[in-house]
Amino acid sequence: MEAKYVRLDEIAKRFGYHNLTPEIDLHEVKIYHRNINRPAFQLTGYYDYFDNLRVQVVGQAEHEYIKTLEPEVARERFEKLFSCGFPAALICRGIKPQPYVIEMAVKNGIPILATEKTTALVITEFLRWMNEQLAETATFHGVLANVYGEGILITGPSGIGKSEAAIELIKRGHRLVADDLVEISKVSEDLLRGKSPVLTKNFVELRGLGVVDVMSLFGVESIMEYSPIDMIISLEEWDGTTSYDRLGLQDEYEEILGLKIVKHTIPIRPGRNLAIIIETAAVNNRQKKMGYNAAQELCDRVTREIHKHKSEEPGLEKTDNK
Amino acid sequence: MIRREITIELAKGLEARPVAVFVQVASQYDCSIIVEYRDKRVNAKSIMGMMSLGIAQGEKVTVLADGPDEKAAVAGVEKYLTSKE
Repeated sequence: MEAKYVRLDEIAKRFGYHNLTPEIDLHEVKIYHRNINRPAFQLTGYYDYFDNLRVQVVGQAEHEYIKTLEPEVARERFEKLFSCGFPAALICRGIKPQPYVIEMAVKNGIPILATEKTTALVITEFLRWMNEQLAETATFHGVLANVYGEGILITGPSGIGKSEAAIELIKRGHRLVADDLVEISKVSEDLLRGKSPVLTKNFVELRGLGVVDVMSLFGVESIMEYSPIDMIISLEEWDGTTSYDRLGLQDEYEEILGLKIVKHTIPIRPGRNLAIIIETAAVNNRQKKMGYNAAQELCDRVTREIHKHKSEEPGLEKTDNK
Repeated sequence: MIRREITIELAKGLEARPVAVFVQVASQYDCSIIVEYRDKRVNAKSIMGMMSLGIAQGEKVTVLADGPDEKAAVAGVEKYLTSKE
């Protein structure tokens, strides 16, 4: 599989960077690295550990430093830098590069972008956006809905009622993100985000009815473009021989893209109201994040009660041992 | 109908986790199973009911089973309650 990249024209368009090298077609420039480099060290002549896949972000520090150099030295330093073949340079704070710098860039086929924004802001927005664009992705069969702010990924065999559950959730005021296929990306080390494939967005397939357009039937309030994934609800046919979690003391997890997501397996039987179970799971998960675990609380209460019994009847154990 | 007095030997008594296992054991049988403790009567297949009793190790309960597999049920329930775990 080809490594992921972002085309430079997308970046320029997204953040409103101007191209100082219009001779170069930004669409042809691919950025593979999510990180940037401040080329201050390189401009002083230090090239160990230089990663030439990164975009070079030039700010006030580099600008002021270059001004302290003799013109011919400055020229040499830039020549050396451009010969390294990095993908692009981005100049911040509205700093105007010397005409010879732009010439060198064009000669080496390296585009220079410019912006009025501060360097810190540029780096932050660039890293954040690139992290999302280059995030690891996977597709997952199921429904993604956002219930009380919790992203719930509903999975289970086809025909078990995932889409029906989604419609019921929508009717109860929650939001649909994707039906049947969810595109998941790992936007950071602790966050998965899901969205719908573009083609099937806002559509839900219901057995016997066919495809319905949720947004036109139920309005904009019923859909959501993206949602974090906080929990998995796995639906399965009720099976008398399997024992289901009765207390909820132990969390089960499923791994997606290397992140562990809490998973609840819910047995389905005619007449069980799925939407209400999912809503309750969602708020309970929120409450757990706030630091209160109902199952643990009940467990503690029972334990306290048992100890109370024991201290009330100290003779009990002795009589038994006789 | 079978009626049997059983002394709880589970090390931690009927705390939440042992209750969950107990209810699972009881639910394997088709007959009705009632646990009597002090002045309370509780369905052995009900997790919240069993939890509400708060029974410690060494305490006595009376188990009443009624139905086709009552013998096996009482034996199964007794086996669990008298296990040390």
